[in-house]
Amino acid sequence: MLKQVEGSQAIAEAVGYCRPEVVCAYPITPQTHIVEGVGALVKAGTLQNCEYINVESEFAALSVAIGASAAGARTYTATASQGLLFMAEAVYNAAGLGLPIVMTIGNRAIGAPINIWNDHTDSMAMKDAGWIQLFAETNQEAVDLHIQAFRLAEELSCPVMVCVDGFILTHAYERIDVPTQEEVDAFLPAFEPIQVLDPADPYSIGAMVGPEAFTEVRYLGHEKQLQALRLIPEIAKVFKDVFGRETGGLVHSYKTDGAETIVVALGSVNGTIKDAVDEMRDAGAAVGSVSICSFRPFPLEALAQALDGAKRVVVVEKSLAPGLGGVVASNVRMALARKSVPVHTVIAGLGGRPITMASLKETFEAAGEDRLPDVQFLDLDHAAVEHELVRSRATRKSGPTAENILRQLNPCRPAAQS
Amino acid sequence: MTDPTTQQRVKFYQTGTHTVGNRLLGDAKRTVQASMERANAITSGHRACQGCGEALGARYALDSAMRATEGQMVAVNATGCLEVFTTPYPETSWQIPWLHSLFGNAPAVATGVAAAFRVKGRKDVRVVAQGGDGGTTDIGFGCLSGMFERNDDVLYICYDNEAYMNTGVQRSSATPPTARTATTPAVGDAPGNVFGTGKNLPLIAMAHNIPYVATASVADLHDLEAKVTKAMSIHGARYIHIMVPCPLGWGSASDATIRVARLAVESGLFPLFEAEHGEVTNVNKIRRRVPVTEYLQLQRRFAHLFKKGAEDTERIERIQRMADANIKRFGLVDGEAET
Repeated sequence: MLKQVEGSQAIAEAVGYCRPEVVCAYPITPQTHIVEGVGALVKAGTLQNCEYINVESEFAALSVAIGASAAGARTYTATASQGLLFMAEAVYNAAGLGLPIVMTIGNRAIGAPINIWNDHTDSMAMKDAGWIQLFAETNQEAVDLHIQAFRLAEELSCPVMVCVDGFILTHAYERIDVPTQEEVDAFLPAFEPIQVLDPADPYSIGAMVGPEAFTEVRYLGHEKQLQALRLIPEIAKVFKDVFGRETGGLVHSYKTDGAETIVVALGSVNGTIKDAVDEMRDAGAAVGSVSICSFRPFPLEALAQALDGAKRVVVVEKSLAPGLGGVVASNVRMALARKSVPVHTVIAGLGGRPITMASLKETFEAAGEDRLPDVQFLDLDHAAVEHELVRSRATRKSGPTAENILRQLNPCRPAAQS
Repeated sequence: MTDPTTQQRVKFYQTGTHTVGNRLLGDAKRTVQASMERANAITSGHRACQGCGEALGARYALDSAMRATEGQMVAVNATGCLEVFTTPYPETSWQIPWLHSLFGNAPAVATGVAAAFRVKGRKDVRVVAQGGDGGTTDIGFGCLSGMFERNDDVLYICYDNEAYMNTGVQRSSATPPTARTATTPAVGDAPGNVFGTGKNLPLIAMAHNIPYVATASVADLHDLEAKVTKAMSIHGARYIHIMVPCPLGWGSASDATIRVARLAVESGLFPLFEAEHGEVTNVNKIRRRVPVTEYLQLQRRFAHLFKKGAEDTERIERIQRMADANIKRFGLVDGEAET
């Protein structure tokens, strides 16, 4: 049903229709509205047969989820940023145990400096934890991916993160087709665990494994992700049959036919990128874009196909690997390993900095003219950075970097000593 | 399975001149552990050290829980010796469904297991979580407090051997003052662990007003069994803190585990009591009070206190005062209760 609704609220409703049996809640911006929404459904009795547990930390949230999932319950939680890092140990553990937990990440930067706004550093920190990572481009896709995520997780017995851009999506009110209970029931079969704690058939879960078998267990985790490469498009197809919408899958291509420059990105920034592509196409530039929906498993083949024919690839990403450059770009290069196509990294939108059409178009035009460096920081204030570098070289006790930068940018504050 | 009504009618006093053995009793009065039909949560063949107090305590605790629930239970384990020695892949000693996740999250994982069974209408299936003192008083403390505060239907058992034994005997917040560990070596002016303020987890558990808190010792296994059985008759968050000597970490003889545990109780250093909803309801009186030196001298971790000609009388006296304070606080010896 079409509704004008906040992204978080729509996600909460969709999760509710998936009939989770245990939901663990711990607040962290910008994810909080989602667990609040699910909590309201449980409290009002709309979502029945669900244990809603308010825990004392994100580490506990995922730990409760681990116990519930191992006991055979469909389990859901949501987090972001510092919360995802605080539960990091349990994130790896849930994947290692093969527990099909679904978790929303309201993507947000990682401190210090503390910052509540959107980027992808949190999800990227956990990209190799063994979870499937799906990135939503729109709030409609966020809703749809959650429904698909439960089916995917449970079929593979592998946890799934649905990554939703904090604020940009979670807090945006827009028109969303929120499915009905009947539709979701038609799509999502009951959870049949492959392993379950059962006194009638007792076994041990989480035993110690030494060098003699650890590699094999890890390989099977990798194999599961490879199976997901096949399963994700299949599930998207079944989803389309039930809901009539094309959502999910591995990658989405936009105007890539004949494109010499192809832009690659994850999540909501694809909307802005598409607008930039439209304008540049109208002006005669051979530009297209590809949105990666499934970042883990990483769709090497599908991406290589989508990028076929490109003379250059520009990866716009909201994450930074300090000392290297791009996280996503490094993965994209793997897909192009057998081709000599330059892959540029554009680090953009860190800590919620707006990614504007003007800046993107300028960047893509520079790429088209082979003027774009390998690693570019979009809209970086070079003067502020240079000033701070000079100052810190001159003074040993130069003080905290973040505060010094703020002082420079905000003339109301006392001037930095230099 | 043994009929629970026939359990533990006999009060045993297990060693020394007071010993009575099963062989002196009629079949009906023999300990349930002597029966081939007994509950068996942890089967033999595990890899615990000789004389391991934790293996003994865990077996009696879990067997009792298994009897109390007629086998309808799940155990959740924190990382630690118990987890490692019972489950070297692909073998397992556990005869009940058992889940190990991480070092610091056993109480939360148990909350999740309990929630899943509740939502599935399996109210008969009960959950026991367990860990060592490191997993309980240190790294798992936050999750434990959360589980208590929500009054989740979990019995948490701490097997306290007073240090991180699995990693090679490092200090935990349960390590007693002056004890030598790998991170509180017996060197310098004040060898061994510092005199901190202490972190008495049973009292902290009581401060959460949870329905049941008890301390127990492998020196009195029938008392331990009775407390676990009682805990399993109650719903909500419950906590049992069991002292389990570690021959390796404490430097005590492996055949002295029970004796050392008993002396900890008899000296007053480890009081045995029960509490309900934050109030002490029962204490095990000390029958034969001993000075702390009897307990300390059996353990090499305290050897530096008893150097020939250089006895650390001042710090031994401080430990004695801790024991005396316990005796007063809990009224462990008649006529010495706190007024």
